[in-house]
Amino acid sequence: MQNEFLFVGVLLLVALLLPAGGLGLAWLLRPHKPNALKKTAYECGIETIGETWVQFKVSYYIYALIFVVFDVEAVFLFPWAVAYNQLPLYALLEVSIFIAILVFALAYAWRKGALKWI
Amino acid sequence: MEPFVFFIFSILTLGGALGVVTTKNLYYAALFLIMSFSGMAGYFVLLDAGFLAAVQIVVYVGAIAVLILFAIMLSRKVMTRNEPLLNRQWGLGLATAAIFFFVMLAVPLNVKWPLSNEVSSGNELVQLGLAFLGSYVIPFEVVSILLLVALIGAIILARDTSDVEVE
Amino acid sequence: MEALIHWLADLLAKWSWWPFAPAPSATVVVWLVYAAITAFVIAPLAMIVLTWLERKILARIQDRIGPNRAGPFGVFQALADAIKMLTKEDITPSGVDRIAYNIAPAMAAVAAIAVFAVLPVAPGIIGTDLNIGVFYIVAIGAYGILAVLMAGWSSNNKYALLGAFRAVAQLVSYEVPMVLALITVTLVAGSMSTADIVAGQGSGWYFIAIPLTFFIFFVSNMAEVNRSPFDLLEAESELVAGFHVEYSAFKYALIMIGEYVHMLAAASFSAVFFLGGWRGPFIDWAVQTSPLLAVVMGHVYFLIKVGFMIFVLIWIRGTLPRFRIDHLLDFSWKFLTPLALLNLLVVAFVLKLFQPGTSAGIDIPAGPLSGLYLGGWGQTLGLLLGSILVVLVASAVVKAFAHRSKDAGLRAIAAAE
Repeated sequence: MQNEFLFVGVLLLVALLLPAGGLGLAWLLRPHKPNALKKTAYECGIETIGETWVQFKVSYYIYALIFVVFDVEAVFLFPWAVAYNQLPLYALLEVSIFIAILVFALAYAWRKGALKWI
Repeated sequence: MEPFVFFIFSILTLGGALGVVTTKNLYYAALFLIMSFSGMAGYFVLLDAGFLAAVQIVVYVGAIAVLILFAIMLSRKVMTRNEPLLNRQWGLGLATAAIFFFVMLAVPLNVKWPLSNEVSSGNELVQLGLAFLGSYVIPFEVVSILLLVALIGAIILARDTSDVEVE
Repeated sequence: MEALIHWLADLLAKWSWWPFAPAPSATVVVWLVYAAITAFVIAPLAMIVLTWLERKILARIQDRIGPNRAGPFGVFQALADAIKMLTKEDITPSGVDRIAYNIAPAMAAVAAIAVFAVLPVAPGIIGTDLNIGVFYIVAIGAYGILAVLMAGWSSNNKYALLGAFRAVAQLVSYEVPMVLALITVTLVAGSMSTADIVAGQGSGWYFIAIPLTFFIFFVSNMAEVNRSPFDLLEAESELVAGFHVEYSAFKYALIMIGEYVHMLAAASFSAVFFLGGWRGPFIDWAVQTSPLLAVVMGHVYFLIKVGFMIFVLIWIRGTLPRFRIDHLLDFSWKFLTPLALLNLLVVAFVLKLFQPGTSAGIDIPAGPLSGLYLGGWGQTLGLLLGSILVVLVASAVVKAFAHRSKDAGLRAIAAAE
């Protein structure tokens, strides 16, 4: 009949009304007195020095990178988990090989210091 | 109902793709890319492939888009550059793109695509799992080796070489 | 939901003044009502009840009383806060990225609410029984991560950016053990649909069968929701409230709504996946005799379990100190992820041991212990033994690591055991 995702669309649209309605109501109710001092960025009470940028730290990027690899691994494990009841025993062996290779990847990342938050 | 939803997803996908290449702000380009990915997920939903839609969102939006945003946000020089959008060869570029577009258009219109009459039986996940570990088990294992190689390569490239310890 | 839609369609067919076709419009009406209840009743109610509960329980843990001025026992405190949020001035700092600054809190709130589409609250009451229910939860979480990143970047503030990067590093690191724990639950249940997972707990709730998975899932979920002890990002004493430092008034309220609704979702899904959802005494009898009674009983059981999980979340917040960022990330990558992988393999192995013979006409050789299957309870016991085995192995490995560690203090602790 209809798509099972239709309710998801309905829920998203209705849920969008919450921020929209709330923001609209707040815009009606609140005062609006802009002031040059209020508009400065917050830095514990002192003036900001320099532009807004952050020193490049590789560790942030490496965590996201390792996450991509494990995310794709999880995507492959989900269909296996659903079909597990109907698979013979060697399916377990095959998935053990899959997971073992990825554990090796994690161990490599660990030894090479990629997981250190410096 | 369905053409309307398809139209909306098309606007999301194509609009996002158009936004990626035409905007000058690199950060907005990444956001438009996310919009395009979400539209693609919508297409999968329309084709009754819910699992693939979720995979698209989890992998592309959840992991790869985050990675792209990190890379953009952590490079200061990229953010402050503001070059003009077109250079002096835009005429030649337009001609090449137009020829390429018409060639790409001619291929799907002239191929007789075999349409299958199968209806999704609802247990496509089980069939996917059975296929992964049945007939396609070698590609399944090769994927894990591919991921291992990708991770090793990325770590070697992105490693902080200023203080390499030999363990 | 199907029964409700049929009942409403019959009712609408009798009303001659209803202009639309009864069956599709009944579906639309039921869906709209369910969506409206989820977005406009559950979400603000979650905010109000949870903030009040949290402040009162934390206060009692810390030997004080908590809010007791606004209404009896301070129940109207959250309402007062809500009115304050609506009427405060919305200060938008100069130099923010307008579009991303405004979209980010809305995306956080909508993503938190959208998870409730697959929550089975009672037998037959679920938004939509997606056959990828568990995976859908993971997918919606991705938008929550993006909202944090957008909020931090668009605020044009160094501390917001730093806070957003750390928040995303934490969220992303704890997503891996959480997804692995969910794969384990899918393995035991045989299906990704949340309704099937609740139905599969008829022979033993999963927190008895796979308690280690419950631990991994619960801890990862706590980190995903930024609850203490993982709340480094919004700690008042560090990074000055992290990525949402430049938000004021209702946008801040939206971010808070997103966070508390996400907390409610974490508690609800822990109850669904591990505490048996709407299962309880006499529920099977009620499903057969009177569906309406089953719905009411299911709701009651479910609310009791969710309340208990929320209490545990608040209790842990009041008890444990905060983790440091590198400890946090190390705990996820170096402890939880290998543990989750080992747990997955052991659970898969035990399941194959207890596999009953040909099921649904498929010729699978029965596992060696299939005689002990006992309608599922033998499998539950076997999984429990497997989990205990994994815990023993893991603690032995951790102790061995501690002995060899370069840190003298850690060696002393390990030697004293």
